[in-house]
Amino acid sequence: MITLSMRPCGDFRTSYKADNQIFETKTIRWLTMASIGLLCFAPMVLDAYFLTLFIQISYLGIAALGLNILVGFTGQISLGHGAFFGFGAFASAWLNNSFGIPVWLAIPLAGWLTMVVGMLFGSPAARIKGLYLAIATLAAQFIIEDFFARAEWFSGGAYGAAAEPFTLFGFAFDSDESFFYVALFALVFMTLWATNLMRSRDGRAFVAVRDHYLSAEIMGISLNWYRLLSFGVSSFFAGIGGALYGHYLGFVSAEGFTLMMSVQFLAMIIIGGLGSVKGAILGTIFIVLLPEVLESTVALMAETGLVSHGSLTEGMAYLKEMAIGLVIILFLIFEPQGLAHRWKQIKAYWKFYPFAY
Amino acid sequence: MNTELLLQLTVNGLIVGLLYGVIAMCFVLIYKSTQVVNFAQGEFLLIGAWVCWGTLVWLDLPFYIGFLLTLGFMTLFGILIQAVFLRPMIGEPIISVIMITIGLSMFFQSLMKWIFGVSAESYPQVFETSVVNIAGLNIELAYILSLIFSVVMMAGFYWFFKHSRMGLAMRATAFDQQVASSLGISVSKVFAASWAISAMVSATAGIVIGMVNGVSSALSFIGIKVFPAVILGGLDSIVGGVVGGVIIGLLENLAEFIDSQYLHIGNLYTIAPFYILLIILTIKPYGLFGTRDIERI
Repeated sequence: MITLSMRPCGDFRTSYKADNQIFETKTIRWLTMASIGLLCFAPMVLDAYFLTLFIQISYLGIAALGLNILVGFTGQISLGHGAFFGFGAFASAWLNNSFGIPVWLAIPLAGWLTMVVGMLFGSPAARIKGLYLAIATLAAQFIIEDFFARAEWFSGGAYGAAAEPFTLFGFAFDSDESFFYVALFALVFMTLWATNLMRSRDGRAFVAVRDHYLSAEIMGISLNWYRLLSFGVSSFFAGIGGALYGHYLGFVSAEGFTLMMSVQFLAMIIIGGLGSVKGAILGTIFIVLLPEVLESTVALMAETGLVSHGSLTEGMAYLKEMAIGLVIILFLIFEPQGLAHRWKQIKAYWKFYPFAY
Repeated sequence: MNTELLLQLTVNGLIVGLLYGVIAMCFVLIYKSTQVVNFAQGEFLLIGAWVCWGTLVWLDLPFYIGFLLTLGFMTLFGILIQAVFLRPMIGEPIISVIMITIGLSMFFQSLMKWIFGVSAESYPQVFETSVVNIAGLNIELAYILSLIFSVVMMAGFYWFFKHSRMGLAMRATAFDQQVASSLGISVSKVFAASWAISAMVSATAGIVIGMVNGVSSALSFIGIKVFPAVILGGLDSIVGGVVGGVIIGLLENLAEFIDSQYLHIGNLYTIAPFYILLIILTIKPYGLFGTRDIERI
């Protein structure tokens, strides 16, 4: 169903080393580094609105990366990713508030805590798969959500928890401009981590479990362990993303982490492309920008008088949800391999022009 | 121990459980014949209830006409959903199928919120609502109606699958699509019919619940609550769906009883079925009546 990397015809690899490169060509490596370098100057040029969007993309993108390791690479299904994201946010705030652990340490610790919880709820995955697993994680979503509302010692119950800003060497990253760098660093770091994971023995074991679990088991890959591990890794990413979210907003409330959020994460990786690190990021960008674009389009239409002002703007919240639902459906029917696949096709087109391939 | 409350809750649980059973039956019907896990089952209830409400309140039609209109609409709707969205998904991996029904559920849930608003609306008085006293228990007439509805629906399903031509064709298709197709059964018709029936019956259940509790977007949550019921009963067993529904309904109300009398945690009512779900999945993943998958290489 999903190939790890689709290469155009005629693009051959002759050694394992060449096959395992993080960047396919030198040009891509330099371009990536240059664009990350350029992004470092973004806070000086862009206004707060775009910075907020970027920060949103990075913390959601990290969680989406994790989900893609679980769904795209290992072939398991999780409908509880939003709850794990929330758990990370609460855990980091809790570690910081109750034990005085500095935020820079609390974030990875929250990731590990979420990993433990994820493995706990992922443990049925050792026995069940596919549809049954989807329903088990659905139960996990509701149980964790209920836990947030109930456990006042952990999450502050109905009042929510306050989260301190990220501080390093006495400097508080509490504005959009400064937190931008934290988000950028985290995104680059976690993307590298995910890419490297997929190049390693464990990553290849994940893919083997996805592609044919019986063959994988016959080859000596422990199915239970790798299914559990992939749950752990995916929850770890979700926890890190959630912790960043909490420390960025400064406040975590129990209401946000619903099934809807889990579905949004799934939408991101489906739109971006299952089984592709780049795809997870592309999908996140798409899902974050979609409501914004929709809103400005409707505002524009209302201004020019195409639609009456009240009807569409009032239903904006519903319109956004409907758009996400519709986009999931359309992508599944017309482009099941997602934006990453489309991107490769565009690249191949330019590479081989004027020949088809 | 408060015996009266326990009895009242048990009766409630039985009635609600039978309704869950009906919805679980619809869910299993779709899963069995088309291998699609329908996460949008709750939206069928929601749409049915709202459309019927719309015909009664906005168009001011008498109940039976509005009801028939709703049934017709839901039949078309079910067929349309199957033909437009689910048919391209045949042969796709399970995550795609799950996601497309989740996408549908999200789309229609917000569409309904947009059209009909978020606040709960009550149905116009169709039947006389009064409280009947049976053996010392106060039971609303509407509950008895819903009980009758559930039983009739279940009997109808039983007859349909045992004796009608279409029902037999459906069972044949569920057993083996290729054999059924080679025996002259139109598989695409069976697929369409199972979606249509499921949508129709779910909508009726939605209307019944709407009459008792009022219509609101909370109705679609029942579609999620059905999962514990179907997993408990076994995903591909219609009888299992009914039994699972009743058990979950009873357990839910028992949890409410224990919660209100002893534990005082609050909210145990909604969350208990999911704990049960996790326990079943770890102990007996294929449920009480489900068939165990045997994979061959």
